[in-house]
Amino acid sequence: MDTDQLIRTLAADNAHRARPVGFALMLALLAAAPVSLLMFFTELGVRPDVMVAMRNPFFDLKFAVTLALAISAIAVSLHLSRPEASLRGFGWLLLAPVGILTAGIGGEMMMPQRLPMMTRLVGKNSWVCLTAIALLSLPILAGALLGLRHGAPSRPALAGANAGLLSAGLAATLYASHCTDDSPLFVATWYTIATALVAAIGALAGAKLLRY
Amino acid sequence: MRERDDEWTGLMRSAIAGDSSAYHRLLKAVTPVLRAAARRGLARAGQPVDQSEDIVQDILLAVHLKRHTWDVTAPFAPWLFAIARNKLIDALRRRGRRIFVDIDDFAETLPGETPAETASPSEVAAQLQTLPARQRDVLQSIAVDSASIKDTAAKFSMSEGAVRVALHRGLTSLTAKLREN
Repeated sequence: MDTDQLIRTLAADNAHRARPVGFALMLALLAAAPVSLLMFFTELGVRPDVMVAMRNPFFDLKFAVTLALAISAIAVSLHLSRPEASLRGFGWLLLAPVGILTAGIGGEMMMPQRLPMMTRLVGKNSWVCLTAIALLSLPILAGALLGLRHGAPSRPALAGANAGLLSAGLAATLYASHCTDDSPLFVATWYTIATALVAAIGALAGAKLLRY
Repeated sequence: MRERDDEWTGLMRSAIAGDSSAYHRLLKAVTPVLRAAARRGLARAGQPVDQSEDIVQDILLAVHLKRHTWDVTAPFAPWLFAIARNKLIDALRRRGRRIFVDIDDFAETLPGETPAETASPSEVAAQLQTLPARQRDVLQSIAVDSASIKDTAAKFSMSEGAVRVALHRGLTSLTAKLREN
């Protein structure tokens, strides 16, 4: 087939309309979410004292951080799915959860504490936290990558890492309702390690799956 | 250059709005520019330039299948050159070279510079033979026999909708096969 013939063929297919990447990503995330939710409710579940915990601002702060991560990573993912896009001008969005968390740590430092800093940082659930966030992320990450394959990122590994951030943000939102460690120091340590791990998996998978 | 870019953007907007002949004209207009850039990239990597047509076809397929990622309010040329650059780097890497491709390679092409197409059996043509019969027949009818969708539907006693589906699927799997190889 010579190039003129190919062009004629492509023009004949002009009527085909693909959905925007955002739509594909949304569908894929909606399909993946039940898997993570099922894993969460069968293995972990919401902590029993959740009604009391909700009055603790540091419990609520966890959701502000994880949701800020998920939402900013979704926005960055959609941006990076365009071939001519780079992180420039958009990457700062990912600093939103970091900023909220830093403010939280500052706030906690200023309050009188019953427990020493290291005890709050190490917490009671660090291992559960790491594994739960990573495992709950995997179905969402698979969905996110599947949805983002619809796009055309110029840097597939970067786009994959960002899909990892997105999935970790959503998984951590679930996990936060189970975890009894509410100190921002705990979140900054263990949630961050889990998120970095998922981002690394996302980068490796993205480098393969998101090439177009 | 500015004029050319505006013209492309206008054509692509019409194409997205459903004007297939604008789309045809746009693809025709960008091809010499892509070809010149592919040749320059190959030459710089010390590769024979007669493989440029495979790269051009690869770029055109990607442009077609990813055109929903183009923002209709943005200029078309940067989007096109980003895809072209990606595909060129990919092609050179597959040929065992890792080289830096400058985006200006595309932008700097002089308007008068229109190298002729090189005649060599293309990778697309080779992969076409591996498609399921129905997709291959439809693609061949439209590409080689330049039949319309309507005529193709009549020829294979299919509905026009089925021809459109086979056409699009054929293009998608062609692209997937090219990526694998």
